[in-house]
Amino acid sequence: MISTAHVLVLSLALFTLGVVGMAVRRNFITVLMCVELILNAANLNFIAFSRQLGDLTGQVFAVFVITIAAAEAAIGLGIIVALVRLKQTVNLDQVNVMEG
Amino acid sequence: MRADLIALLPELMLATLAMAVLLAGLASGKARHGLLGAGAVLALAATGVTLWLAAGATDPGAHFFSGMFVLDHFAIFFKALFLLTAALVVLLSHDYLKRNDYRPGEYLALVMFATVGMMTMASGVNLAVIYVGLELMALSTYILAGYFRREVKSHEAAAKYFVLGAMSSGILLYGLSLIYGATGTLDLATLARVLASAKPGPSALVGVALLACGFLFKVAAVPFHVWTPDVYEGAPTPITAFMSVGPKAAAFAMFLRVFIGGLAPLAASWIWLVGVAAALTMIWGNVAALTQDNVKRMLAYSSIAHAGYALVGLVAGGPAGVNSVLFYMLVYTVTNIGAFGFVILLESRGYAGETVADYAGLARRHPAAAFGMLLFMLSLGGIPPTAGFMGKLYLFAAAVNAGYVWLVVVAVLMSAVSLYYYLRIVLQMYLREGDGAEPATLVAAPWTERVIWACGVAVLVIGLLPAPFLAAARAMAGAVGLL
Repeated sequence: MISTAHVLVLSLALFTLGVVGMAVRRNFITVLMCVELILNAANLNFIAFSRQLGDLTGQVFAVFVITIAAAEAAIGLGIIVALVRLKQTVNLDQVNVMEG
Repeated sequence: MRADLIALLPELMLATLAMAVLLAGLASGKARHGLLGAGAVLALAATGVTLWLAAGATDPGAHFFSGMFVLDHFAIFFKALFLLTAALVVLLSHDYLKRNDYRPGEYLALVMFATVGMMTMASGVNLAVIYVGLELMALSTYILAGYFRREVKSHEAAAKYFVLGAMSSGILLYGLSLIYGATGTLDLATLARVLASAKPGPSALVGVALLACGFLFKVAAVPFHVWTPDVYEGAPTPITAFMSVGPKAAAFAMFLRVFIGGLAPLAASWIWLVGVAAALTMIWGNVAALTQDNVKRMLAYSSIAHAGYALVGLVAGGPAGVNSVLFYMLVYTVTNIGAFGFVILLESRGYAGETVADYAGLARRHPAAAFGMLLFMLSLGGIPPTAGFMGKLYLFAAAVNAGYVWLVVVAVLMSAVSLYYYLRIVLQMYLREGDGAEPATLVAAPWTERVIWACGVAVLVIGLLPAPFLAAARAMAGAVGLL
């Protein structure tokens, strides 16, 4: 039997991976994947809590988040494509013409 | 159901008209700047009228869509402010887009979509609704920051804004999920009841901390401010003006609604966090602005500092604190849009004319515009008789009355520090002569000038006759219903 605690451990692991990955990885596409990890960690939480509480709100919100994550990925990829056209790179360290 | 739709009508209308502007932009090509700009302003004005009618037709205390959405005075105040901001930004953008030869259709539509998101944030009393509004606003502004696709700086701004913005939204969402798990609800009123009745567990507190991090990021408070200078410098200037007032005010609306409303029972555990963040934000924003030579960057740090001042009002809490934040948002909006309007006038293609040195001797060559900039700088610095003075006065008075004297001491000291960099621009304009071979001049941009005039008059009127505006803000804040 999978309990809520099991799911929470998994989601915490995914969330940590996502946040650390965004902080240390310089490849824009990897960073985009890390965003998805964070959002889906939150989704897992919502669904697990929804099952535990016997309340559908969490599952409905998860569907909303999936939709928003899709829009976010589309915009992220759009920014990447525009960047590659101009600079031929997906490395965030090479996108640094401004100080700081 | 009918009442639900009436309450949502302003958002529905603006979203529909934004799509119409988008399609018209695609159909008409890049030559129709005037037509599309006028269309966008008319759409925003029509939404304002609809908002007024919808507010008259609904009960301000009523909840719509199964308790997810309200149209109370707090929401109406912020929605009117967002529509005003968007209209001013559209007018500022008109000459700028034409000058830099970018298509207006998508740009105007995105500004309008972002406004719909901000309006939803102000009306949401359910965390899910607030989150959806927040994302609609954020996703639209990511694209707008990178709209100048031939400029590397604009791409850099979009990339940095996207990465850090997406991370903060994710952290905020994770916090929401923990709060949902601990309380079993996303509705703010129920949340406040549940939190007041039982001692919250550690997961709820972690959730609140993550939520606070996400919110502090959205208002660009220290230590979550690192994206601000780069994004503000790189984005097209009218969008910088937009980001520094619209999304920031929307984030404050959400902050007030969620923290002073839903999370009020936990105030003891978050108020010191926000108080420390406010102090650090005022100190770091003002100190870092001292050394900036790029005016857009300086205004970015200045906007960080101003978020710190507004956080003081949030910490003060109560009707007086909320009222002062609302009033400050109005003051800050007209002042900052005016200041960025002047930066737009001075700019030429390729981001030239942005350094403080470019302002030398402008008062002699362009006395009227320089006087406007003088007013905006005095207002940002908080000197009477401008609006900025009144805004700060009420913020700080609310904080003193609530017992946060140390925070007000920091705020007043830092306001004094801020005068150095605001007056530096004024000195350049009035006392120095341009010694370059080709002194910077202002471009002819009639609509931008009109916006500067309007903002200048507003800064003076609010500064000299603050009573009606304060009364409006007070009426709005008193009706949050959650206080």
